[in-house]
This record gives sequence, structure tokens and C-alpha cells, in this order.
Amino acid sequence: MKKRTALALACTLSASLALSACSVERVDGTSSPDANASSSAASDGQRVLNVCSWGEYIDETLIDEFEAQTGIQVNYQEAPSNEELYSRLQTGGANFDVVVPSDYMISQLIEEDMLQPLDYSKIPNFEKIADRFKNLPYDPENLYTVPYTWGTLGIIYNTTMVDEPITSWSALFDDTAAGNTLLIDNSRDAFGIALMYLGYSVNTTDEAQIREAYELLANAWDRGVYQGKVMDEIFQIMEGGNAAVATYYAGDYLSMLENNEDLAYVIPEEGSNWFVDAMCILKDAQNVDEAHEWINFMASTDANLRNMDFIWYASPNEEALEMYPEWYEETYGEPLDLELYEIMAAPQEVLDRCEAYLVLPQDIRTLYNDLWIQLGT
Amino acid sequence: MKKQRRVGSRLFMALVFLFLYAPILLMVVFSFNAGNSNAVWQGFSLRWYEALFQDRSIMGSVYTTLLVSLLATLVATVAGTFAAVGLYSMRRRRRNALLAVNNIPMTNADIVTGVSLCLLFVAVFGFWNQFAANYRFTLNLFGTVYRITFPQLSLGFGTMLIAHITFNIPYVILSVGPKLRQMDGNLVDAARDLGCTWMGAFFKVILPEIKPGIISGALIAFTMSVDDFVISYFTAGTSVSTLAMEIYGMARRRISPEINAISTLLFVVVLALLAFHNIRESRAQRAAARRTY
Amino acid sequence: MKHKRSLLALPYVGWMALFVVAPIVMVVVYAFTTAGFEPTASNFTGMGTYVSIFARSFQLALIATVICLLIGYPISYVMAKEGPGFQRVATVLIMLPMWVNFLLRTYSWMAILENNGLLNQLFDAIGLFDLINGLFGTDLTYFRMIRTQGAVVLGMVYNYLPFMILPIYSVILKLDRSLLEAAQDLGANSAYVFRRVIFPLSLPGVLSGVTMVFVPSVSTFAISRLLGGGTHMMLGDLIEQQFLGGAYNPHLGSAIALVMMLIVIVCMWVMNRFGQGEEQAVVL
Repeated sequence: MKKRTALALACTLSASLALSACSVERVDGTSSPDANASSSAASDGQRVLNVCSWGEYIDETLIDEFEAQTGIQVNYQEAPSNEELYSRLQTGGANFDVVVPSDYMISQLIEEDMLQPLDYSKIPNFEKIADRFKNLPYDPENLYTVPYTWGTLGIIYNTTMVDEPITSWSALFDDTAAGNTLLIDNSRDAFGIALMYLGYSVNTTDEAQIREAYELLANAWDRGVYQGKVMDEIFQIMEGGNAAVATYYAGDYLSMLENNEDLAYVIPEEGSNWFVDAMCILKDAQNVDEAHEWINFMASTDANLRNMDFIWYASPNEEALEMYPEWYEETYGEPLDLELYEIMAAPQEVLDRCEAYLVLPQDIRTLYNDLWIQLGT
Repeated sequence: MKKQRRVGSRLFMALVFLFLYAPILLMVVFSFNAGNSNAVWQGFSLRWYEALFQDRSIMGSVYTTLLVSLLATLVATVAGTFAAVGLYSMRRRRRNALLAVNNIPMTNADIVTGVSLCLLFVAVFGFWNQFAANYRFTLNLFGTVYRITFPQLSLGFGTMLIAHITFNIPYVILSVGPKLRQMDGNLVDAARDLGCTWMGAFFKVILPEIKPGIISGALIAFTMSVDDFVISYFTAGTSVSTLAMEIYGMARRRISPEINAISTLLFVVVLALLAFHNIRESRAQRAAARRTY
Repeated sequence: MKHKRSLLALPYVGWMALFVVAPIVMVVVYAFTTAGFEPTASNFTGMGTYVSIFARSFQLALIATVICLLIGYPISYVMAKEGPGFQRVATVLIMLPMWVNFLLRTYSWMAILENNGLLNQLFDAIGLFDLINGLFGTDLTYFRMIRTQGAVVLGMVYNYLPFMILPIYSVILKLDRSLLEAAQDLGANSAYVFRRVIFPLSLPGVLSGVTMVFVPSVSTFAISRLLGGGTHMMLGDLIEQQFLGGAYNPHLGSAIALVMMLIVIVCMWVMNRFGQGEEQAVVL
């Protein structure tokens, strides 16, 4: 008998659990259904926000501060690369509200109708973004994005492990540091490097040029030039002096420099890539208001200063960018090494030598993917 | 000569255990490292243990891991026990066919299980979400009208739990099955003849007989859940992460020594539990031996 | 009445249909369709480029399995001959590492095998490099261990060795002592007894151990990712790439997973044939 009661109890419990997932509201005719729905969502309790960004890409005290200020609970996640972020969004497992992809990936997301236009009236701090970071080709009318950081791609090398300073992308393909070179583990950057070395545009859609770039990579691969394909593993490998040459982003170089003084950074003579990572809200985001609040918070001058100081990526916030050397001196009591500042926020003449990635057509993207996987075989 | 061989075999075992435990030892040692390196010793410190309890994402992932493992073990043990009793009272041929299906999640590669469940969930949720977005129904209850909206579903804790239950049940069935086979079938009939209800016979006769099988099945299920990474990785989506997923995310960058600290703590707890269990068991055995003589 | 009891299995049969059979049907559906769900076989015909990945995965997994067998069998055999107290401790010691997540243990290996890692530091400290450099006139300062295929095999052996030991051990333990004694009484020496009696009887354990090592080895992606540094792509990596990695194409991923599954099933079937259709040993 007792057991039967227990069974009945279990049944009702599970049934009520299943039902509680549905939202039930009373309809009393006075309030519009929309208002009703949103109020029920808010009264659900805790306001939450799901953010997805890259590894080591935020000063985490900013998250705490945002939570304290707004009472919104931030669920902060990281993705390893643009391509993997895209896969996660496609697979349907992701429930992010805000993502911070790079320029070319933003174009692709816009093209595939995966982002929603922002309500800039809720983002007053957007004004502070320097004009040169607005209306860029990836979002020509600036409807979807608020820039988060920008920077350059370059060669990071260990000065004690190579004979003379590196100035060309050739270092990644010849025997400068054969067996001690790290290849960047995303197809866009890896092919970009090969294309730049060959003197082609990083946005070429000429299949022959892309195949030539592949041959270059594959040839170096077969000769054993590369130790591995890595993304953020690079921090540990380069800091520990376990590889001599790698390609990565300027901001991350500065982070590594704090742990290993022998590292140097160079934008090769053939030029390089410069990028913007920007905050966007996904089309099926569940917490749109919270997402706007977050974007506005992260675009503020104070957040940009602190973030810049922590992650060493340049800020697109004009005020923050200009104030930073001064702010640094005030905070740390010593002047900022301007050489480092220029690596972080590359001056215009350097940017002029760099090319931004544009979104590639679908068939070229497929070619990139196929060739990239072949490289591992 | 025999003694020599014995020394040789002991030495061999010691080497294998060294191989098995060297990385764990390293992990324990470097959880007390003052620096954040995993290879360079910079002095003794407890800072990572202190930092650990402040770290929301790590503590959250430990909580998720334990919760999903415990719930999955619980459900899988109960469901698996009933299923095993059912299966072993079937005719042989039908039972073998079902057991073959039962073996699929165990023999299949984890990645195939994970990927296939992920595809299923995503497909079902795709249909459901479309349905939920377009349909809502109203209910008239004692004059008040309620509108019921269906929730949008996505991968998360629930799907991960389903996946864990799915790969745990076979282990329970596999360890309960042999006990059922050993059991004397007449026992149940006798109990029924003596007026026991059907349920009563199950709880009073069958359950005590197969208890050791259930316990070992539950233990295996729990171990598998805790150690799992691949299946969770594909079915948990992005809103929750287990300790393993957290470590995988970090390992591609640099693992915080806090992870060493939490793993050391978990390891010590398990070690203590096992030691306690073993001592008690061997004592019980000795006591039993004394009683018989 | 017995039939009434068999109804207890009904919920689980439903569960299996939903979460074991249906997902595999999904994989098959995905494998034979394009992104727009048009039927196609192109996912399979285009797989030629990945032959080398298949070959490498099966080769490395095979090597790992053989090494596990070579280490695991003697260990199980020795363990089974010891007293019960020793056996209890040894079994616990073999299972214990599984409670430390395998990723973390693998990560520990990274620190050991790194070019400036603990093992190379140790070699350096004992003067091994000086010795070699003196002998051969080289200028070695470290052995390259991490991010090689050897490291991947080591990771597999390390992670899956307990899965080889435990089934073999439990089978040997249950061997009928009287059979061995009978063989000895009939004048067989111990090598002969091992070859003609013990080994054949322990085959079911060996087979299930081989399965439990080979299948996860052939499909791993975490181990090859961490210890192989992404240079030696394996089947698991390839599949993961198509779902959550950098080359989104679940249809191709499903096709590869399906082919892998079929090859594994065929291998197991052939192997079980050799095992004269013995009933599979109970794992653990």
C-alpha cells in the first residue's frame, strides 16, 4: 500500500515537473498578450544572459561588476575559433544571446540570417566607437554590430631559438625553424598566411591561387616544418619555450610576453591581416534586453580601458584608446612602453599594409574546408 | 627459482602501477605549486585550493558532473533492474535479440553514440520549437481562462541526463543479469504459493537475491558517468558543462592548477571511500570466517 | 505469470527504441542526404580523400591494442595467481585512476612529454643527452615526444589499459582449478598447460578486452588532439570537425561515423568467429 502511495506521489511529481516547464498565464483581457508574455518571463526570477566569446578575452572582474550593477546573471562561455563557433550555432546546441565573432564570420552570419539588428537607442556608448571602426565592409550600414576589439595577425618567435630576426612569412614555410614551427589551427588564417606569402589577396576566389597556397602548406607539412596545428595551446607552448615560431594575434603576443621575455612579434614585410571582433545578438536570442545592456556596458570607456589592460587587444573606443597610456601610468605608476602600445594598437601606416578578411562565397568555403582537412592526412 | 620469478612479476606490476599513477602523482604534487606551471616547481602553497572555492565555473561544473552522474545512476539502476528482471523472464530468443540492442551503446564508439543522440535531439527540438512557437492553447478552468505556452527546448542538462541514462542502463543490466540467471526460479513461485503478491515477491524474494549485482551495476554506472567526456560534449549543448568539458576547454589553452586541486580533492575522497569500504568488507569476512570455525 | 513479469522490460524497450535505435536511424538518414535533405551517396563516394585517416586510425589503435594486450595479459595472469588480499588491492588500484577524469590525466602527460617537460628534464639531469651527444656527435637537447604519433599511442595505452586488464583477469580468476590440475597430473609442464589450457580458456576475456581498448582508441579525438597536437588527424577528430569543429558538415560526419561503425562491427565479428563464438565475457 505504501508503495502504491509512493508510486502515485512520484507520478504526480514528475507530471507537475513536466507541466511547470510550460508557462501558464491567466488571460484577463485587460493587458495585451505581449506584455503578459514578457512580464511572465521576467517574473520567472533571475534575469540571465548567455555570452560566447574567445579564450582569455575579457577581464573577468567586468562580468562581476555587470552582474552587481544589473542583477543579470551572466553565463560566459568560450569558443576556440570562428569556424567552431559557427559549427556550434549550426548544430543547434548553442543558446547564446551575444557572440563576438570576427569580421568575415559576421558577414557570413548576416548572410545566413542568423543575427538580429541591434536597437542602437539602447546602446548610447556606441557613439564612443571611433568612426574608422563603423560601417566596415562586414556590416556596411552598421545595423548588427558593435566592435569589441581590433588587432593584427603576425609572427611570434622566440629570439633565442632563431638565428636572425624574422621579417617575412617565409619563416613559416622554409627551414628557419623546421620542426619548431606552429601552424595556426583555423583554415582562414592558415590559408591567409600562405596567400600573403605568395603575394595574393587573402580574399581571392581564384581556385588556382588557393590550391597553390595549399601546395605551399602541404609541402612544408610533409617536410616536417610544423610541430602541430594549434590555437590557444600556443600560449603554453610558446611561453614554455617549446616552439620557436608561430602565428597569432598581437594582443595574445603581449600576454605571452609577460611570461616569456624572449618572444618577439613582427608584422612581415608582405603585409598581414587586420581584424575587428564585434559583439552581435543572435536571431533566436532569448534575452534580447539583457544582451543590449551587456553590449552597452562593454562598449563603455571604463570597460574598454580595463579590458585592454587585461587582454592587450586594442579597443575601438576612441576615448579609451587615446587615454590608455595615461591611464596605465596612473594605475601602475610607470609609463607604458610605447613600442608595446604600437604593437597592440597598430598605427595607420601598418594597417595600410594589412588586409581585412571578407566573407568568401560558399563554394570557396567548402574548398577551404576540404583542403584544410586534407592537410591533416 | 620460483622466488626469483615472483620478484620479477612483482617488479613488472610495480612498473605498470608507476605508469598508471605517475600522471596522477604529478597532478597532486602540482596542485600545491606556488606558481601556475605544471612542470616547474615554485614552492609549496595552498593558493589554488583557496582560489578553487571562489571559481564559479569550476565549482559549477563539479556540481553539474556530480548531479548528472547521481541522477543518471539512480534512474539507470532502477530502470535497469526492472528491465533485467523483465528480460530474464522472456523467452530465450527474444531476450537475446533485445540484449543485442542493449549492447549497442556499450560496444559502439562513444563518439557515435554522442553524435547520434545529438542529431536526434536537434531534429526533435527543431520540430517541437516550430510547433511551440506557432501553437498555444487556452484552457477554461472554473471560469478563468488560462493560456498555455509550450517552452522552447534546446540541448542542455536534460538531454545530457538522457544520454547518460542511456549509456548507463546496459551496464546495470549486464551486472544484474548473471545474478538473475543464478537465481532459483522456483523461489518466486514458492513465495506466490504462500500468498505473496506479485510485487511482494519482487521486493521480498528477487531483490535480496540480486542486490550485489545491483550495487556493482550502480557503481559501474556512476564511474562511467563521472569519467565520460565525449557523450556529454555532444549532448550538453553550451549552457551547462561538466568538469570534463571544462578541462577540455582549458586544456586547449592552459589548465588552471585549480583543476589539479579539485581533482586531487575528488581523488582523495574516492580513495578514502574505497579504503573504508575495503577495510569493512575484509573485517566482515574475517568475522564470518571466525563464526564458521 | 512469467509473461506478466516480462512486461517489466517494456518501458526499457521503449527507451531503447527512442534513444538507441532512433539515433542510429538519424545517423543513417544524415549519411545518405545532402544539406537540403535530398538523397545522395556523395558523402560516401567523396570519402576517398580520407582513406589515409582511416588507415592511420586503425593502425594506431591496433598498435595500442597489441601493446595493451602485451602488458595487460601478464598482469592479469600474475594477479590471478596472488592471494585474495593482494587481488583486492590490485583491482582497486587498477580501477582507481578512472575516477580522475581521463582528460586531466592526459593533460598531465603533456607536461611530462613536452620538449622542456619533466621527462626531458630528467634525461638532462642524468646526463643522457651529454652521453648521446658525446657518442654520436649530435647536439641533442631534448627528445621530441609530444605531438608525435608515439605520444598518441602512449595516451591510448595509458587510458585504456585497465579495460584490457579487468576482463582478462576476471576470466582467468574463474578458471576451473581442477582442469589445470588434471592437465598437470597428466604430465603437462606449465608452459604446455598455459598454451593448451589457460590461454584458450581465457580467450573470451581477451576478446572483450581487445574490443574495449580498440573501439575507443580508433575513435578518440581528445587524446589525439592533446597529445598529437592536431598533426595526426584521426577518425574521431575528423568526425568531431564535422559536428562541432571547424568544418561544419554533419552529413559527411554521419557518413564517416557510419563507415567507421561498420568496419568496427566487421572486425569484431571476424574476431568473435576466431573465438569460436564463445559467449562474451562479462566486463569488469
